[in-house]
Amino acid sequence: MTKPSAQKESLAVKYGIEQPARRKAFKRVFRHLGVAVLGTAVAQAAIFSRPARAAKILRPPGALPEKAFDSTCIRCGLCVKDCPYDILKLASWTDPAPLGTPFFVARQDPCRMCTDIPCVKACPTGALDPLLTDIRKADMGVAVLVDHENCLNYKGLTCSVCVRVCPIRGEAISLKPIQNERGLLQIPTVNPDKCTGCGTCEKHCVLSEATIRVLPRELGLGVSGANAAGRGVW
Amino acid sequence: MASALKRMAAALNRHRWLLMRRTLQILIVLAFIVDIPELGRIAHGNLSSSLWFWNVPLTDPFVLLQSLLAGAPLAKTALIGAAIVAGFYAFFGGRIYCSWVCPINMLTDAALWLRQKLNIKGNLTLSRELRSVLLVMALVLSVITGTLAWEIINPITLLQRELMWTSSAGLTFLAALFLFDFLVSRRGWCGHLCPVGAFYKYLGHYGRLRVTALKSDACAGCSDCIKVCPEPHVLAPVVAQKALAVTDSDCTRCGACLDKCSSGALSMKLDFGGKSAFRGIPIVKS
Ligand code: SF4
Ligand code: SF4
Ligand code: SF4
Ligand code: SF4
Repeated sequence: MTKPSAQKESLAVKYGIEQPARRKAFKRVFRHLGVAVLGTAVAQAAIFSRPARAAKILRPPGALPEKAFDSTCIRCGLCVKDCPYDILKLASWTDPAPLGTPFFVARQDPCRMCTDIPCVKACPTGALDPLLTDIRKADMGVAVLVDHENCLNYKGLTCSVCVRVCPIRGEAISLKPIQNERGLLQIPTVNPDKCTGCGTCEKHCVLSEATIRVLPRELGLGVSGANAAGRGVW
Repeated sequence: MASALKRMAAALNRHRWLLMRRTLQILIVLAFIVDIPELGRIAHGNLSSSLWFWNVPLTDPFVLLQSLLAGAPLAKTALIGAAIVAGFYAFFGGRIYCSWVCPINMLTDAALWLRQKLNIKGNLTLSRELRSVLLVMALVLSVITGTLAWEIINPITLLQRELMWTSSAGLTFLAALFLFDFLVSRRGWCGHLCPVGAFYKYLGHYGRLRVTALKSDACAGCSDCIKVCPEPHVLAPVVAQKALAVTDSDCTRCGACLDKCSSGALSMKLDFGGKSAFRGIPIVKS
């Protein structure tokens, strides 16, 4: 017992007039699958070849490590909105960070280290870790005196602005005396365990380009231990 | 005077659905950028995730899904927000988002309007299923790359960010999107490519708010409804007298068909599957 429509179809198929509906559907699915696989391969290559986040791009306090942050932050901008000092911005296409993620640039506007950390409280996803309750434990980066040649204190002057503006001065950054051929120098010295990377020192460095800069920790700090280079064949 | 008023009222009535949804779309855009004196801003964040009336969290379930697939841990506020949004669209119909919320819809509608005004005929035909392909791609890519793949280009939040910071980098992309819909492909973006629309279509597959043909005997058979529908295939079963209501979840509930139809044959109804006498809409072929 075949329905008339089915009978018609089978006849049409028999004489090669028409392909059966099922084969047509398969063809359609496979064509779309092909587009999807090809598209995924191309897009994946494009995504992996995105430029990495630039070193001057700093994340708000409590931000997860960059990779986890990239997957957890949903680019909503609630942290941006709740920052009372308006230092944060969501990355646009011209900013060197994944599109839509929040960042600040220390030299333009440093984090003021609010004690109630409103940015973290605003975050709906935990991309800014809610376990961060003491702003002094924040880790946005680490300040590094990158250019000794131009730092005024290294020239024997007593500028020390970076030390004086630090919200945790004395602990995160302090003056350490060094004796050399120029005499007794007072060197701004950062304690990486205490520095939060807020960027206030970088913002206020009196030179036209800051000699002290906040860098992501993995760029700014060495790690003690042996380097394998030169010690083995490979 | 009276007749002018009457004509205006009639014109308004002919565009009542369009006016209602434009109003809502514009209000939503403004809620994120305008500070009301005394009160401040009604909505914070953007359409990825937002806080409304200082208390209600809303999160786009599609963005959250990408984030979770990329490896993010579960977070309470975002989950609650996504549950509210997903619940609403699952109950009423997913692509209500497209017609009543999404700001890109205004851009693509404008492109179509201009296209029709200038009578541009050239059209790149695309498959409407491409958007589902893009949806699958976005989800798979999120797993592979560990980033929110669609958010790298998502024009919806891009537009909001451009408005908020008046930057222009993303405007080129939005302009390209407009030109694509205007010159290259009729309803190309929202009708064929956007995976957000596809996501909401699947989310709202069993949506209960439906264009219903209860007074089908009032139909004059002009088939104008099909001509204005952004997803004309959804009206086909109703017109072919095979269905009482538009059940295809591609329907964006924009109400264009209701605005166009002067006979009152169609209406927007919460449909719980109750039975009634059904005769279909006779479409007279000319
Ligand atoms: S701690 Fe305060 S100043 Fe720093 S980013 Fe958060 S809200 Fe802004
Ligand atoms: S509030 Fe959280 S999820 Fe939203 S942009 Fe900021 S870090 Fe990302
Ligand atoms: S970045 Fe500079 S100002 Fe901020 S805590 Fe570190 S040393 Fe102090
Ligand atoms: S299809 Fe996409 S861009 Fe168009 S209205 Fe829907 S969500 Fe917005």
